[in-house]
Amino acid sequence: MNEHDQERIKQLLKNSLPPISGRMHAELRRDLWPALLKRLEAAPAAVPWFDWALLAAVAACLAFFPGAIPVLLYHL
Amino acid sequence: MPVLEQPSDVLRQFCHGDLDAFEALFHRHQSEVYGWIVRDPTAAEDLTVETFWRIYRAHARFDPTRSFGVWARRIAANAALDHLKATRLETDLPDDLPTPPLPDPGISEEIRRKTARAFCRLPPMLKVAATLALIEEQPYKEISEALGISTGAVKVRVFRALRFLRKELQRQGIEP
Repeated sequence: MNEHDQERIKQLLKNSLPPISGRMHAELRRDLWPALLKRLEAAPAAVPWFDWALLAAVAACLAFFPGAIPVLLYHL
Repeated sequence: MPVLEQPSDVLRQFCHGDLDAFEALFHRHQSEVYGWIVRDPTAAEDLTVETFWRIYRAHARFDPTRSFGVWARRIAANAALDHLKATRLETDLPDDLPTPPLPDPGISEEIRRKTARAFCRLPPMLKVAATLALIEEQPYKEISEALGISTGAVKVRVFRALRFLRKELQRQGIEP
């Protein structure tokens, strides 16, 4: 594909899908902060399953090998 | 796109999860994120909320010595990519295409429509790179920061997008 083709496609694109930068403020129809607050309240950050699995593994290790507790505390 | 630097104390407060600091950052950056990649107003609003929700969740990982704008755009790009992947098969052409401020009289409505249709068919990763590089004309360096890839990789994606578009246009009977 030569440079002429590239320029032509770019021109076609800009005529079909004009750039939106520069007219953002005009297009933003409403303040989205209330919607974001609602989202933050609705969905508290979920703890991934592997974090729970890791916690369970550490708890099991400490239950079976209590001698590891000082070692763990040292490394923390 | 301008990178608005924040007073460092606002960024530090945000890192500790301060909601007021986050609100200040949100109001300063929401219009930058809105519609950056996705043009449909409703989807753009949803993606802005999604992006800032992800930003707040990741507040502890933000380095206040870095640019908040660059970080926000990176998260916005990932959110947009996820959205485009999820809606790829559902996305259809809007009934009324936006008209450019100075339309080229040599390009008919039909050609514009076919070009937009070809663009809709781009794979999501190529579409994001093509939107930012070819339509929004963002510098390659900014795109690479937003997408988390090298400038060379951005150029490759843009070239692949152009090649895809040429083939699609030819298939629709348009010789670029």
